[in-house]
Amino acid sequence: MSAPAQTGSRAGTLRRLRRSLVGSSAGPIFAALALVVIVSALISAGQGENFFSGSNLRDMLVRSVALGIVAAGQTLVIVGGSLDLSVAYLISVSTIVAATVMGGQAGAIPLGVGAVLAVGAGVGLINGLIITKLRVNAFIATLGTALIMRGALDANFEGASGEVPREFGFLGYGSVGPVPISVIVLLAVVAVVWFLLRSTRFGHRLYAVGGDEETARLSGVRTHRTLIGAHVLCGLGAAITGLFIASRLRAGDPLVGPNGGYDLESIAAVVVGGTALAGGSGGVIGTFGGVLILAVLDNLFNTLEVNAFLKDVLRGVIIIAAVALYALRRRGKA
Amino acid sequence: MSEDQGPPLLAMRGIEKSFVGVRVLHGVDLECRAGEVHAVVGENGAGKSTLMKVLAGAHAPDAGEILLDGEPVSFRHAREAQEKGVSIIYQEFNLLPERTVAQNVFLGREPHRGPLVDRRRMDQETAELLRTLEVDDAIRPGTLVGDLPVAQQQAVEIAKALSFDARVLVLDEPTAALSAAEAEVLFGRVRALRERGLAIVYISHRLKEVFELSERVTVLKDGHKVGTVATAEVGTRELVRMMVGRDLDHYYPPRAVPEDFGEARLRVRDASGGMLRDIDLEVRSGEVVGLAGLQGSGRTELARAIFGVEPFEAGEVEVDGESVRIRSPREAIRHRIGFATEDRKAEGIIPIRSVRENGWLGLRALGGRLRRALGLGTGDKVEELSRAVELRARSLEQEVRYLSGGNQQKVVLTKWLALEPRVLIFDEPTRGIDVGAKAGIHDLIRRLAREGLAVLMISSELPEVIGMSDRIVVLRGGEIAGELPAGASEAEIMLLATGEGGAGQPELARQEGS
Repeated sequence: MSAPAQTGSRAGTLRRLRRSLVGSSAGPIFAALALVVIVSALISAGQGENFFSGSNLRDMLVRSVALGIVAAGQTLVIVGGSLDLSVAYLISVSTIVAATVMGGQAGAIPLGVGAVLAVGAGVGLINGLIITKLRVNAFIATLGTALIMRGALDANFEGASGEVPREFGFLGYGSVGPVPISVIVLLAVVAVVWFLLRSTRFGHRLYAVGGDEETARLSGVRTHRTLIGAHVLCGLGAAITGLFIASRLRAGDPLVGPNGGYDLESIAAVVVGGTALAGGSGGVIGTFGGVLILAVLDNLFNTLEVNAFLKDVLRGVIIIAAVALYALRRRGKA
Repeated sequence: MSEDQGPPLLAMRGIEKSFVGVRVLHGVDLECRAGEVHAVVGENGAGKSTLMKVLAGAHAPDAGEILLDGEPVSFRHAREAQEKGVSIIYQEFNLLPERTVAQNVFLGREPHRGPLVDRRRMDQETAELLRTLEVDDAIRPGTLVGDLPVAQQQAVEIAKALSFDARVLVLDEPTAALSAAEAEVLFGRVRALRERGLAIVYISHRLKEVFELSERVTVLKDGHKVGTVATAEVGTRELVRMMVGRDLDHYYPPRAVPEDFGEARLRVRDASGGMLRDIDLEVRSGEVVGLAGLQGSGRTELARAIFGVEPFEAGEVEVDGESVRIRSPREAIRHRIGFATEDRKAEGIIPIRSVRENGWLGLRALGGRLRRALGLGTGDKVEELSRAVELRARSLEQEVRYLSGGNQQKVVLTKWLALEPRVLIFDEPTRGIDVGAKAGIHDLIRRLAREGLAVLMISSELPEVIGMSDRIVVLRGGEIAGELPAGASEAEIMLLATGEGGAGQPELARQEGS
């Protein structure tokens, strides 16, 4: 055996190991995350604060829950070569539906949760149908449904509406030991999406549809059904985020979605996480890393008391830099 | 498997197909026995690809029938054909580069337990398929397809076909993107599949491969079947005659006479870059220089280098005696060089814009200052020029995509003529253009030369090179293999292009369009 062949196979083993560990080549994202964490920890220490304190870590994770769940759903549609701009308003709608259906009654919690999930799945279904059957570009289709929901919200609600029963607060505030329940939900959603993409026929087909729709079709994949499924799941993700937010706010809020910027930020998290906007590659682990990077940065900006405008500028720069790096890497490979 | 008796494994009878009123296949028959390699040859546009798409279920035939083992079948979808054991490997692979080999092989029908993909079984079965193809040392089920070289991607396609238990395998120009060594490996693979009793339809324009591999050859021309012959009983010359048929009588405009030639307009000296080495080339005013060579000999690369798309790295270029450095198409345009590219739709025109806008495109790309410096007016010349090139369109506002290939080429010419070029490069000027319109394009090229342009014309159609050129430059492996005077024979050109003795097989260096 010659030496180069050996190192070659060892590199192959390492690569396979890494792939099987993270489900996709999400390595660079976590390297970047580690870097961001180290820098943040050092700067925090310089400010006399402990980045790794339990409360700080928990705070960051809880802040990641809302974006993380939407972004996990967003990952699915983007892998399929689509995207969903309607998630922000769908989150608002979900909080309103939750708060009005529950109406402060603990007994109505199951009904409220069911209604919210149904609305989320329904909006996702409509998005998917418009995109596949009416052949409307995903950007326009979901922008359209977003506007429709905004109009409906503006017409009927002003400020906080409805009431979420105290008992439902467990989702937003409860914890099992030191671990917040919301974080467990986030991890569960990410795990489900990861499993879907990696191990199910649906996931494999979704990669095919996003990679090359014609190839997928010629291979017998029902491309429409696959993409519609992804949109339904994405809608469900937004609905779960809505439930979480409603639980924390104790009420429905027609502006909470757009104010949180969940539409564009979830897409940014997916893309920072290494999933190509064109579809066909990437995965939810990367998205999770992307969400964490954004959360750590937020935390850092808060520690440094960076003003809100500069914060956005910095985030913009970082998102562009991340995607430019991917583009360069890809070109290097080709 | 079936002996000589009994119905052939695959039989296509009387296949007819028209597209928007244009008959592409006129009652074509084709049959292929188990354990046979049956070659299908023919020129561009002979109908080979359409015939195969009918077989694959991508196009429904207007008339005729397809029989498998004597049973009539009809496929409405590629997947139906595959499930009946008919697989096609197109020149353009249907693979997802971002997914693994196993994921590609089993795309759309992953082995599963419930909704879960049984990845272990998928990898195992893929590994087995790769083993039967004897590529298991080079390709692993978990490798990303995009990381594989083209030859191995092709092996993945073959593995995919085998995973459907293919009985009929169609290979469409399988060696087009392969090196000579890779092609040899492929031949071995094809023979092995034949031993296993597959019926293999082998589409190629490389006659050498046809003679090496096939038992029988079917020749198509202009959508008709010319004939099917046993490969052993036919010679190269005969086969070429069947393929080319009447094409040789095609009319070409008279060549230039010595008085027509002026000064050298384009001169390339000792230029190298990319695959090109030591290029010396001169094109005079009034002259059409034909550039011949096999596929991959660097013809298009040379044109792209002159035009600054992938510039030369060393050497000298002169335009009208003035030394120039051209590092981008824009600089080439500034030096009055035009380039009508081979892939018209992607590089020559914007199909969804109007004739007028396409004609304007080059002129508009230049700023006012540059336009004045080049002495180009600001007036709308499209109308005048489109009349000069005898463009036939409903109006100048018609979208270019609705025009015929020949008229699209005239739009490209209009675009360049608006820039008043001194040197015009044509890459396959008549590819995809029907016979009647070809003569029009040839006349135009000659007329432009007579008006003082220097024309460099790349063509893989030898009759075109011979018919049009005042001088023929032959490339081989990125170098100029030699130069021939007007009226050189096909044999002389092939001799230079292949670098072999004159008895070598004429390998027609043609890429197959759709």
